[in-house]
Parts: sequence; structure tokens; C-alpha cells
Amino acid sequence: MEWLFELFHQVNYELPKFVQFLIVGLTLGSIYGLIAIGYTMVYGIIGMINFAHGDIYMIGAFQAMIVLLICGTLGISWVPLQLLLMLVVAVALTAAYGWSVERIAYRPLRGTQRLAPLISAIGMSIFLQNYVQLVQGPRPKPVEPVISGGVTVLTRADGFVAQLGYLQIVIVLLTVALMAGFTLLITRTSLGRAQRACEQDMKMASLLGVNVDRTISLTFVMGAGLAAVAGMMVTLYWGNNDFHMGFNAGIKAFTAAVLGGIGSLPGAMLGGVLIGLIEAFWSGYFTAEYKDVAAFSILVLVLIFRPTGLLGRPEVEKV
Amino acid sequence: MLKISGVHTFYGHIEALKGVDIEVNEGEIVTLIGANGAGKSTLLMTICGTPRARSGSIVFNGRDIAQMPTYEIMRLGIAQSPEGRRIFPRMSVMENLRMGAITSQPQFFDADLERVFAIFPRLKERAQQRGGTLSGGEQQMLAIARALMSRPRLLLLDEPSLGLAPLIVRQIFEIIREINREQGMTVFLVEQNANHALKLAHRGYVLVNGVVTLSGTGQELLSNAEVRAAYLEGGH
Ligand SMILES: Nc1ncnc2c1ncn2[C@@H]1O[C@H](COP(=O)(O)OP(=O)(O)OP(=O)(O)O)[C@@H](O)[C@H]1O
Ligand SMILES: [Mg+2]
Repeated sequence: MEWLFELFHQVNYELPKFVQFLIVGLTLGSIYGLIAIGYTMVYGIIGMINFAHGDIYMIGAFQAMIVLLICGTLGISWVPLQLLLMLVVAVALTAAYGWSVERIAYRPLRGTQRLAPLISAIGMSIFLQNYVQLVQGPRPKPVEPVISGGVTVLTRADGFVAQLGYLQIVIVLLTVALMAGFTLLITRTSLGRAQRACEQDMKMASLLGVNVDRTISLTFVMGAGLAAVAGMMVTLYWGNNDFHMGFNAGIKAFTAAVLGGIGSLPGAMLGGVLIGLIEAFWSGYFTAEYKDVAAFSILVLVLIFRPTGLLGRPEVEKV
Repeated sequence: MLKISGVHTFYGHIEALKGVDIEVNEGEIVTLIGANGAGKSTLLMTICGTPRARSGSIVFNGRDIAQMPTYEIMRLGIAQSPEGRRIFPRMSVMENLRMGAITSQPQFFDADLERVFAIFPRLKERAQQRGGTLSGGEQQMLAIARALMSRPRLLLLDEPSLGLAPLIVRQIFEIIREINREQGMTVFLVEQNANHALKLAHRGYVLVNGVVTLSGTGQELLSNAEVRAAYLEGGH
């Protein structure tokens, strides 16, 4: 019995830290998951990795930040209204960016070699970064916290407290709601059905009267919209936007999509949460210095040992 | 209803159709027979705009559709059950049928669904099964049913009897006859099974290497010596 008592003590001592990392991991995971959906959907429908997607997320973050600043100058200080305006404006404008990127950089190259759109995507990524650097300046932009405070979940004898911030609650709940809504959209609506049909057999979809180009455009619009929500969340969470922020987040979200199984929607969500948790626990228990290395190592390991990811389907299929 | 004149279609440098003229009148069953690689499937796909005819005209109900985008052509009331069936493998039978109905009015869906289930009761039993796990014959039925769901005025069928047991083949041909007779649906049928197809069709064409070499009523072609030698004897 002695050892059991000892173990209980140990767990009790470790628990607050663990819970804190869990909360942080789920918050980060929500953000990565929302971005990852854009990667996975675009890959699913046109088999292309949209390297500019991380930068679309960055654009979303900047839009959200600008709306917040405008709210400040206009004297709009009621937080729910601020959040709503950020959400609506950032999603709408960023979706327009997503749509334009597809129209300008990818659609003209459809049907050519597979490499051409990838190179075009890298070009688009560089363009978006430079554009924001030019108009917003290279320095990180601090953003005043909008939602602060939280509840204490656990307290340890030595004074360490595990906090659940109100913002973290908002982020996780909004993500869950968006993902539920999005799952319904894909599985139940005619638009979602058309998207899945295009994924499985684009030519047949067009033979049934689906406007494939429009469906692809809408896929980019949706992916960009979700990335904009992630950008808004990160603006509120870290409040330190710079033109380069899409790179790191993009690679992590891409890793999440690959980990979950690229092309799989539940996979992207699961992958996002896992990458968020891995990053939080890695930084907590080891060192924050190498947290990015952890995510990238996972990308490499998944690609070597399980390229189809956790929920991806194997390539062979009876048709 | 459909008038194809001087249509040339290329795959890269390969000329698959070398000036094809074919006419299908309202209410008819017209069949196109020809050896492997003659260009039959290419012709059906060219009607749908994928691949596009490089020259010539395809007039459907008075409109030249040769340069229209595929999805717009299909919305004019053309449906195809294509070569290889092209069932969506990761969608249920029901969802495949819903895809078939996307160009038709939603209020018709339930009645149309009932109608195709009456024609193919097998599909009703399998409504929730994934398309990719259906047997070949079931997939063929689904491909035809999916095409019917759009209430087409012109139905294009590419080898609906391929890979099916003789009994099912007879059933499918019977169904085509019924659909044509009862609903007045115009059918353009590509077949390897020339004997069956010519008996069923009002008129037929023979395609050889991308060119129409013969045409006539089903009976005329059935009794034609060349046709008998090339497509009927020794086979079926
Ligand atoms: N995607 C393609 N790319 C290049 N050549 C093609 C393509 N599709 C068909 N062809 C060629 O075009 C010609 C006509 O093909 P098509 O499929 O129309 O023949 P078919 O009459 O339907 O034959 P089958 O009875 O075997 O189905 C063939 O020589 C074929 O090799
Ligand atoms: Mg063929």
C-alpha cells in the first residue's frame, strides 16, 4: 500500500502541469486543425499541396488585427461585437484571397504537369509574404489582449496553478462548432457531395452536370475561410503578427494533415490536435527551443513509416 | 434531336474520330457498333464535350454544343452511362443516385428514385452499400440508374452489357426498350453485343477506325453481309 500512496502523491503533484499542457495543446491543436483542413481538402480535390495556404492564414491574422484596430479607432469596445466583426470581415476577405490565388496561380496550370502548380504555389507564398511585408512593415505587430482572465483548474502545493483561459475556451468551442458544421456540410449537402464526387472522379462529376471549376474554387474559399478563423484566434491568443508567421504554422498544419492522412477531413482534425498536444508537451517537459523540430520530425517519420497517415485510406482500391 | 456532322476528335496527335456524321431523332433508339478501338466511346465523350471536337458540329435540339463546357451540355438534358461505369467508389448507392439527380428539380427526386428502384430492385436492397464494393453487374445497374435520375431527354449508354451474365444482359436490353417506349426517352447505345443491339434499335451505324462506314435500320444491318461477317458470326 505504501507504494500506491507514493504513486498517488506523485501523480497529484504532476497533474496540474499535465493539465496545463493539455489545455495549451488543445488550443494550439484547434488552430492547427483549422488550417490543416484547407491543406487536406485542396489535396483531396486536385491532388496538389497548396504551399501558399500558410500565408493565407497569415493574411487572415492580419485582417483580424486590422479589424480590431479599426474597432479601436471607431470606439467599438463591446467585445462580442469586436469578435463578430473580426470573424466576418477576416473570413470574407481571406476567402476572397483564397479564391483569387486559385484563379490566378493554379487554374491556368490545371492539366499541365504536376510540378507546375507546386512551383506556382511557392511563388504565391513568396508573393503574399512580400506583399504583407511591404504594406505592413517587417516588424511583428503586437495586439492588445481582447479576452483575458480564466478559471483556475488545479493548484499545486508549491503554488503552480493550471489555468483555463476564457480565450482558450472560446477557441476550442468555436473550433468544435466549426468542425461539426463543416462535417455536416461535406457529408450532407449537395455542395459537399459534389466536392467528394470531384475528389473521386472529376470527369464523371462533370458528366453529371457538376461545374468542377466552381467546386474547386469553393474548396479554396472554404479552406481560406477556416484558415482566417485560425488567424483570428492566433491574433487574439499570441497577439504578435508578422508577415512570416504563415510559414511555421503552415508547415505544422501540413504535418497535421499528413499525420491524419492527407485527403481525410477527420484526419486533418485529429492530426491538428495531436500536433498541438505534441508541441505543448514537448515544450513543457523538454524544451521550447526545439518544439518546431518535434513537429518536423513527426512529418518525416510519418512519411517514412505510414505515408497514408492515421486515417488516410490506402492507395489500392477496388473500383 | 442530335445531329453530329463532320466531327474530328484527337488525343494528342492521334485522330480518333475522322469526320463522323450521325443523326439521332427524337424517340429513337440508335445504336453504334464497331470493333475495339473504333472510337465509339470517344464519340459519346465528344458529345459531352470531353474531349472536345476539334472540328465539326454537334447540334442538340437546335443548339451547337460542340464548344460548350461539359457541365452545361449535361444540363441541357443529356446523360451518359460511361465506359467503365465510373461509379463513385466511396459513396453509397444512394449518394451516387443523388449525384445523378443534381441537374434535375429536387421535387422530382423521390418519385424518380422510386422509379429506378422499381427498375432495379437490387439497388434498393444495396442502397447504403458503398459503390466501390458493388459487383460489376450491380455497378452497371447503378450507372444506368444514375443516368436516369437526371430525367434526360437523350440517354447515352456505353456498352451497358459489358461483363454481365446473359440473363442480366437480356434484362438490361428489355429495360432500355421499356424506357424508350414508355417514357419516349431517346437512346444512343454503343454496343459490342451487335446482335442484341441491332435487334433492339430502330437504326444503327457501324464505326470503323473513326469513320462511319455503314448505316441503316436495325434489320438492314442485321442482314448486311459485311456486318454479319465482322460483328455477328462467330460471336454471340
Ligand atoms: N485518353 C486517350 N488517350 C490517347 N488515346 C486514346 C485515349 N482514349 C482512347 N484513345 C484511343 O482512341 C481510339 C478510340 O478509342 P475508344 O475508346 O473510343 O474506342 P472504342 O470504340 O470505345 O473501343 P472499345 O470497344 O474497346 O471500348 C483508340 O485507338 C484508343 O487507343
Ligand atoms: Mg469503348
